[in-house]
Amino acid sequence: MTKNTALKKVISAPYLVWAALFIIVPLIFVVYYSLVDAGGSFSLEYIKSIGRYKDIMLNSIWLGFVATIICLVIAYPLAYIMARSTKNVQRTMMMLVMLPMWMNLLIRTYSLMILLQDTGILNSVFTFLHLPVRHMINTRAAVVLGMVYNYIPYMILPLYSIMVKIDYGLVEAAQDLGASRFSVLRKIILPLTAPGIASGFTMVFVPSVSTFYISKKLGGSTFSLIGDIIEMQFKSANNYNLGAALSLILMVLILLCMAIMNRFTGDDDDGGVLI
Amino acid sequence: MGDNTIIELKHISKKFGDEVVLDDISLNIKDKEFITFLGPSGCGKTTMLRIIAGFLEADDGQVIFEGKDIGNLPPHKRQVNTIFQRYQLFPHLNVYENIAFGLRNRRMKEKDIAAKVEEMLSLVNLKGFQRRDIASLSGGQQQRVAIARALAVDPRVLLLDEPLAALDLKLRKDMQVELKNIQKRLGITFVFVTHDQQEALSMSDTVVVMDGGKIQQIGTPLDIYNEPKNAFVADFIGESNILDGVMLDDFKAKFSGAVFQCLDKGFAVNESVDIVIRPEDVDIVPVEKGEITGLVTSNTFKGIHFEMIVDIQNFKWMIQTTDYYPVGSRIGIEIEPDAIHVMKKSAYSGMFGDYSSFSDEIEHLSDIEEEED
Repeated sequence: MTKNTALKKVISAPYLVWAALFIIVPLIFVVYYSLVDAGGSFSLEYIKSIGRYKDIMLNSIWLGFVATIICLVIAYPLAYIMARSTKNVQRTMMMLVMLPMWMNLLIRTYSLMILLQDTGILNSVFTFLHLPVRHMINTRAAVVLGMVYNYIPYMILPLYSIMVKIDYGLVEAAQDLGASRFSVLRKIILPLTAPGIASGFTMVFVPSVSTFYISKKLGGSTFSLIGDIIEMQFKSANNYNLGAALSLILMVLILLCMAIMNRFTGDDDDGGVLI
Repeated sequence: MGDNTIIELKHISKKFGDEVVLDDISLNIKDKEFITFLGPSGCGKTTMLRIIAGFLEADDGQVIFEGKDIGNLPPHKRQVNTIFQRYQLFPHLNVYENIAFGLRNRRMKEKDIAAKVEEMLSLVNLKGFQRRDIASLSGGQQQRVAIARALAVDPRVLLLDEPLAALDLKLRKDMQVELKNIQKRLGITFVFVTHDQQEALSMSDTVVVMDGGKIQQIGTPLDIYNEPKNAFVADFIGESNILDGVMLDDFKAKFSGAVFQCLDKGFAVNESVDIVIRPEDVDIVPVEKGEITGLVTSNTFKGIHFEMIVDIQNFKWMIQTTDYYPVGSRIGIEIEPDAIHVMKKSAYSGMFGDYSSFSDEIEHLSDIEEEED
């Protein structure tokens, strides 16, 4: 027994060191910087300045939420179809889902930009077809599209991995007991896939809310998301304290959103399905 | 079609790819009867059940329920319910909600649901289990919940797909008795699928023996055992010595080099036939008194009897006896007329009924294979 726990300690040591160095320590720094002023003495000045960024913050959360819902709506039926396909089809579809992830996020976003520009590929096609040119780049829709495009695999994977484990016999049993197709979805499939929805939601929502690159490239100078503001504090404005304060508040808000989300999907006890 | 027919299958055929699974099946199922589809794995019995339940559609033929063709009706609109081999209880719901599932689909009042769940739980001897988690139940208890869930919606017909296959022997025997009692008490038609001939014989009113997508024989358990129609049925139900014989005349059969009196008639003179003799129906007499004689080549003690393999003119018979004859001894054999069953030749002739390669071990292996599917 004691031997066993000693062994466990040894095995977990590398990760504990890692976590301390790259998760705990940076977090302490974030908290520290957000609670002091430029001179290093305790101050709530930066935390209070959040009021000025309220709109940007809400906007970020809203766009992230919209992108996450769109991902869910697209990914859910796709994951279901994948899970019900033959092994070969499953492998091929999995490959197609993963393929974009092998390319760098920056490159993916850049190519989306080229596609959407006023003189971009899509508009060239429109012109060729004698359709009016549309302004697509630098809009909220373009930013949401960028989020969906970049993060949808993170929604598909947890949903797929949980759906593939559901025994189709349960669906037959429900039909046998008088459940229509819709009832089967509502009473059997949805509750059983709730942990997958929760982890997919987390994995898309968190990076979407805090992104700065996607909004910069596809949103242009028309508006910024909270990620852009935070990046700016560290990179050009050199205001580490404000950057840290905004980060901290964003973190708290995301945790809040996740807590609300988990209430809807039931206890997220085996939620971390993604490998 | 009789007055009390509840389900009628008419010329049902089904293929999976190129493989014919059901080949022109026609069958009447009577109201309130316990009917069993019996056959080895791959004989089409489960496919037939799934076509009645609505999970599969037949390529050809009709499923008629009380005079109406229900071939195109989805499963949730049929008045039949299924007990699945692996139970398929809903893991995210507790016992109460599992049993209530079908009742909620009928928009019953909560008070009535609670009463019905209570009634069903006491029917399957699981009183007080309402709040239990499915995962916390044993296999036998899960089986009972599955039965309660299916019966809660008052089905006219209950389909049971090898429901006892996953239980251990003792529990299986208990459940056989219990299922039969429930069926009698509620007066519901049970359509039972199994590959276990003992289970089929002890529970059913009617047994449908199937092989190769075809019905081999329909009858009461006694009929099936005593009057098998062909070598397949004779071999599959119980143990049989199946011999090549000739009908010399009515009531006169020749096999193993001797002529025997029998009760069968209506065959052509000198028609080639299959003769079935059950191992327990052979009388052993002193060599000089026997109609034929044989050499004991093996002898196994089975508890209530000895099981011998006896070589009679190079054909190995299985003979069960309560007296002990050592290996190597010669015995005389006598067979009463009513112990001889004569069958017409069929595609199965010559495939079964010889015990030359018989061993307990092989028998066991084939049992395990069947249970795996």
